[in-house]
Amino acid sequence: MSIIEVKNLTKKFGDFTAVKDVSFSVEKGGIFAFLGPNGAGKSTTIKMLTTLLTPTSGELFIDGHDVKKNPREVRHSFGIVFQDPSLDDELTAYENMEIHGVLYHVKKEILKERIKQLLEFVELWDRKNSLVKEFSGGMKRRLEIARGLLHHPKVLFLDEPTLGLDPQTRNHMWKYLSELNKTEGITVFFTTHYMEEAERIADQIAIIDHGSIVASGNVEQLKTSTGTSSLEEAFLKLTGRNIRDEDVSKTDAMRMRHQAWSRK
Amino acid sequence: MQIIYILWQRQLKRYLRSKSRVIGSLAQPLFFLLALGAGFGPVFSKAGQGNYIEFLVPGIISMTIIFTSIFAGMEIIWDKQFGFLKETLVAPVSRLNIMIGRTLGGATIATMQGTLVLFLSLIAGFRPVSWALVPVAILVMFLSSLLFTALGTAIASKLDDMQGFQMIMNFLVMPLFFLSGAIFPLDRATILGTIASFDPLSYTVDALRHILTNTHFFTLAWDVSILAILTALFLAIGSYFFSKVQI
Ligand SMILES: Nc1ncnc2c1ncn2[C@@H]1O[C@H](COP(=O)(O)OP(=O)(O)OP(=O)(O)O)[C@@H](O)[C@H]1O
Ligand SMILES: [Mg+2]
Repeated sequence: MSIIEVKNLTKKFGDFTAVKDVSFSVEKGGIFAFLGPNGAGKSTTIKMLTTLLTPTSGELFIDGHDVKKNPREVRHSFGIVFQDPSLDDELTAYENMEIHGVLYHVKKEILKERIKQLLEFVELWDRKNSLVKEFSGGMKRRLEIARGLLHHPKVLFLDEPTLGLDPQTRNHMWKYLSELNKTEGITVFFTTHYMEEAERIADQIAIIDHGSIVASGNVEQLKTSTGTSSLEEAFLKLTGRNIRDEDVSKTDAMRMRHQAWSRK
Repeated sequence: MQIIYILWQRQLKRYLRSKSRVIGSLAQPLFFLLALGAGFGPVFSKAGQGNYIEFLVPGIISMTIIFTSIFAGMEIIWDKQFGFLKETLVAPVSRLNIMIGRTLGGATIATMQGTLVLFLSLIAGFRPVSWALVPVAILVMFLSSLLFTALGTAIASKLDDMQGFQMIMNFLVMPLFFLSGAIFPLDRATILGTIASFDPLSYTVDALRHILTNTHFFTLAWDVSILAILTALFLAIGSYFFSKVQI
């Protein structure tokens, strides 16, 4: 049974088509890797699945709910770790968790217990009262994962969750996530640029390039169909060796300026 | 309800934790009050207009209100840039509730700030005509704060970078402040008097002046009606624009 269904999804920004007639589905309880070069349309697809962007055309279903028609049900059913940070830096780890719990209507009695459980799980319980701005990149990422799980979602979206993390933290993180996937049956949908990560963890893969899906299947199928011996080679064969001229978006430019300021 | 409360509380926590913001937004009005008070005071009384500090204080409170509220409303730009807005927008809650929580938070901060400036002005020798009316003045401050926070939200929903923010501060907030009669008396015979009647802040200034010093240009009922109508209007526009925000 599939928990995510995407049919003929298209997204245009002006006359630029970021996602072109994409269709795929994700098995319930699976770990799905959505791979593609910079600017391929991965984040745009995730934003449409998570109700942040309205598709130009096409259909999306999560856990049987139509994303366009029932955004409220859909929002209850997933958790997300965005590609860019989305924590409130001026608040503590605990406060970030608490706001999330309230936004997702987690009952007060349950909320405290769950926050404790999850913060212990990502090893941040002893830092619960520290402001997030004092955290390292890895700690922030772990907090975002804990937060994404707080309302017990059926699907967890992770957009480049391991970007900028050291191998220790990355291993740790995937260990948590596989554990959750096995014990709780949470479906994991992730993107990454580390092919060995996808090869090791994912049981289903789709590769997108220039807005279109160019291949999908499990690791073995992808390797066989391309006649290669690793996912990385298969990926390069499918998407070519050219570097993508990804334009720096306004947001990125802005973020850089801010960093320049705050570094002093 | 809980959602509105937690978002309101978030605004307040962020504000109270940023010491530089609290101090900065008190230092500016205080500076204006002392510099303008000392500079124009003598001219003002020579022209037969009475005590300038008494005239100026409601204007400076209004300045504090407009700056703080527009800034608070426009904090959405920060949240867009630094990501927290996404967290609220993917949550299973209505955007209207998010907008209300934020706006109430911003308005509360601006009202606190305005009230503080009122008390600080006591040091400069200011005395309200009636202490019993101070709570009424605070209500007017809150109404105006809602108005300008909603305006800030409406504008910020349409912008996505900080340059836009600077533009708004320079080309909207500054003129609104200077043209409102906050620092000079309005005169119906001049063009400035006419312009001021199109500036929402004029009604805040006038209402506060009426309540705190018993002098006025319009009538209090008129001031409050205009402020209430504009608040409703800007809340509607702000909610509409905010409901359309895409990331
Ligand atoms: N709001 C927007 N307006 C215009 N173009 C956009 C917008 N958002 C994304 N794009 C463009 O759509 C394309 C796909 O972007 P997207 O962020 O989905 O890529 P991605 O696969 O996530 O890449 P990366 O691996 O670099 O994160 C890019 O060319 C990008 O510049
Ligand atoms: Mg991306």
